[in-house]
Amino acid sequence: MIAYILRRLSALVVILFGSSFIIYNLSAISGDPLEALRISQDPNAAQQIITLTRDLQLDVPPPLRYFLWLKGVLGAFVGQVDFGMTRDAQSVTDAVAAAIPTTIRLVVGATVIAIILGITIGIVTALRQYSRFDYAMTFFAFLLFSLPIFWFAVLLKQYLAIGFNNFLTDPQVSAPWIIGLSLFSGLFWASVIGGDRRKVFTIFGIAAVGSAAVIMLLGSLDWFRNPGLGPIVIFGASVGIAFAVTQLSTGLAVRAALKSALAMAVFGLVAYYPAQWVMEQENHLLNFVLMATVTVAVAILTSRFFAKEDRGSVTRTAIITAAFVAILIIIDKFMQTWAPYMETDAINYRPVPTVGQVNDLLEPGNFWISSLDVLMHMFLPTVALTLISFAGYIRYSRGSLLEVLNQDYIRTARAKGLTERTVIMRHAFRNTMIPLTTLMVVDFAGIIGGAIITERIFGWVGMGTLFNQAINTMDLNLLMGVFLVTATMSVMANLIADLLYSALDPRIRVGK
Amino acid sequence: MFKKKVKEQLSSTDQNENAIANKETEGLSQGQIVRRRFVRHRAAMISLWSLIVMVLFVFTASGLHLGNEQNPITIHGWWNWSITDIDPELSIGADGIVGAPTLDLIPSFIDGTGFNIGNHPFGQDDIGLDYFALVMRGAQQSIVVMVIIGLIAAFIGTVVGAVTGYFRGWVDAILMRFTDFIITIPAIIIGSVIGFQFGNLGVIFLATYLGLFSWTGLSRLVRGEFLSLREREFVDAARVAGAGSARIVFKHILPNAVGVIIVSVTLLMSGAIITESALSYLGFGVVPPDVSLGLLISKYQDSFTTRPWLFWYPGMFIIAIALCINFIGDGLRDAFDPRQRRRITKKDRAEAKLAKARA
Repeated sequence: MIAYILRRLSALVVILFGSSFIIYNLSAISGDPLEALRISQDPNAAQQIITLTRDLQLDVPPPLRYFLWLKGVLGAFVGQVDFGMTRDAQSVTDAVAAAIPTTIRLVVGATVIAIILGITIGIVTALRQYSRFDYAMTFFAFLLFSLPIFWFAVLLKQYLAIGFNNFLTDPQVSAPWIIGLSLFSGLFWASVIGGDRRKVFTIFGIAAVGSAAVIMLLGSLDWFRNPGLGPIVIFGASVGIAFAVTQLSTGLAVRAALKSALAMAVFGLVAYYPAQWVMEQENHLLNFVLMATVTVAVAILTSRFFAKEDRGSVTRTAIITAAFVAILIIIDKFMQTWAPYMETDAINYRPVPTVGQVNDLLEPGNFWISSLDVLMHMFLPTVALTLISFAGYIRYSRGSLLEVLNQDYIRTARAKGLTERTVIMRHAFRNTMIPLTTLMVVDFAGIIGGAIITERIFGWVGMGTLFNQAINTMDLNLLMGVFLVTATMSVMANLIADLLYSALDPRIRVGK
Repeated sequence: MFKKKVKEQLSSTDQNENAIANKETEGLSQGQIVRRRFVRHRAAMISLWSLIVMVLFVFTASGLHLGNEQNPITIHGWWNWSITDIDPELSIGADGIVGAPTLDLIPSFIDGTGFNIGNHPFGQDDIGLDYFALVMRGAQQSIVVMVIIGLIAAFIGTVVGAVTGYFRGWVDAILMRFTDFIITIPAIIIGSVIGFQFGNLGVIFLATYLGLFSWTGLSRLVRGEFLSLREREFVDAARVAGAGSARIVFKHILPNAVGVIIVSVTLLMSGAIITESALSYLGFGVVPPDVSLGLLISKYQDSFTTRPWLFWYPGMFIIAIALCINFIGDGLRDAFDPRQRRRITKKDRAEAKLAKARA
């Protein structure tokens, strides 16, 4: 195994060497970096040409210049890495290092949401194969798959951002919207839960009336301008989460798991006010680590207390529940920040931005307000990227689960009387994930390469923007810097995908 | 007592369903079964016919434009404006917007103006070019690009995936490293190199080189499928029976992997139309004076609030084409899957019952 990994890694170095050599020379012959200066009437042009030629060593022919560049890169082994200079005399290392966090912020959130949502919906559609929900989701997935992001982004900006901002100036949900939303919610839940005709109509009625009531209640309380959950709602939601997580993780029959999950919901209620206090203190990173540690510790202790046997699965249930409760509390905190955020002069009651990474006019200082600002700027790109990319996950996880459900071992599992939950979650779901992991790893590698188009539409300066800029201005060092990072990521991801695949599926052997 | 009865009923419906499913495939070849299943897939058939109609409509409307700029070979379509004709008389919309679409699909008993195609059904752009001609030409280019990319990528991806997955060993190692090598090279760079060195070579060339770089994902999927299928018992059985590698690959493994291949190729084709428009949007794909749907959107995206039709029509065509392809792929997947059992409808049950009663 180790020999295999070493072999792959050395192959990887050769690949990177070869492709970087080819890319370097191809891009060098693809254009003249001094073209704009040569035809320029600027009296300084001649001087600039001389400076650029000296700084970028343009007088050396490209194949040799590549080795000069490579020497700088290989300096990484002696602690002196040098990717060269961009045309603006900035260090490439700095430019790339500044762009990577932006790109990660832009794409990681969207990818994670897309994976979770896509797999969940994919599994539900596979379990309800040929139902109305399945057909609706198939259509929806295909529709999203067919959307060009640059086209879709314009619509999002117009209707989601500008439309929502306009709505917030007078947050009254109009009657057609209430009717539409509650009908949608009724249809959604009725088709997800399913059953015979009477049950479907009952669910439809409950969901539709319930959503309409909630929307009207929220509207009348001016919730959209002053949102929040509060300890009571959080506790109620936590109890629901506790039941759901227990059902999926161990089954409700395992009382110890249910008890520890419920205990975590109670812990959330008890810790609500202390957590509010802690979150207001300075040094937020340390506080978050502290709170996470305390939460996990409490979860482990609680499950130790309730469970006498099979502690692993009970602990898992408790920790997952605790994580959800913690997320609820943080969401609540952000909701409380909403009103002060909207009141700042920089925002002025138009909180959904259409371009940019942060609002420069916002006064720094308040951690929660600036975090909310970052989140709001992430909102539109994340929605766009998520919608575009999760369709693939719906299709793949649906197909994969249907494939698994046809296998003999599923029939065996059912035949020996296991509950449907155990069959789906333990036998089918885990095997469904095997082909999907490959997809996920490769997707994550693609992240760093960035979303050239998304960055451009939403005015973010990440890896994609650098890449685009490098090509358009013939900035060879910058191009190679971006290229090296993305290429390394993608070949590494393929290696990891192969290793994961053989680790997850023992029938597949690597390196033999 | 009651429980037992329910169980009996269940098992009898199960038997009936099996009987229905088996009866349908009795005495039919694999090809016939696949064809029947595909024809029965309603969404796929609707999409197939819509796509055929759309392709015919688009190609006949804008005609064929072959050859290069010096000696073009042109067959004119039935639409009387070309993509370079400027109509100085701008059409005026109902609320005074210049260049508004003259297409009116709503019959007169609803809004009183009546069905009308008019001079410029999709409106005109800011200098008076007919937008219908532009969109038709763009759609034509996008379809050409999509088909070429799909064919090239499907062929290379399947061959590489099948060879590496089946033979493993050093063939696998070398070909997969080659795949890694291709993955690392961004198609945009190749595009800009070609653009700089040779100028604009047209969409067919663009599609070909994009196809040469888009098979990597498919080959990895096919390889994974082959890796797991070659360990199955039926492959061992075939080998014991004396089948050679070619027979095992083509007769035993490939038909089982064809579902995965078809689905990913259709996803790839619908992705290709979007890739092409994205590249054109960034300025690395189709370049003016030629048009593609992506180029149209990128050119007119700022006029969304003032003249939305410049934005809606090309987008609608991209979506419509990609959507049809995706549904066709879905139908093909269902049709090719040998274990796929179709949904047993109420009608089938009633028929089976009737047949049983008769017997």
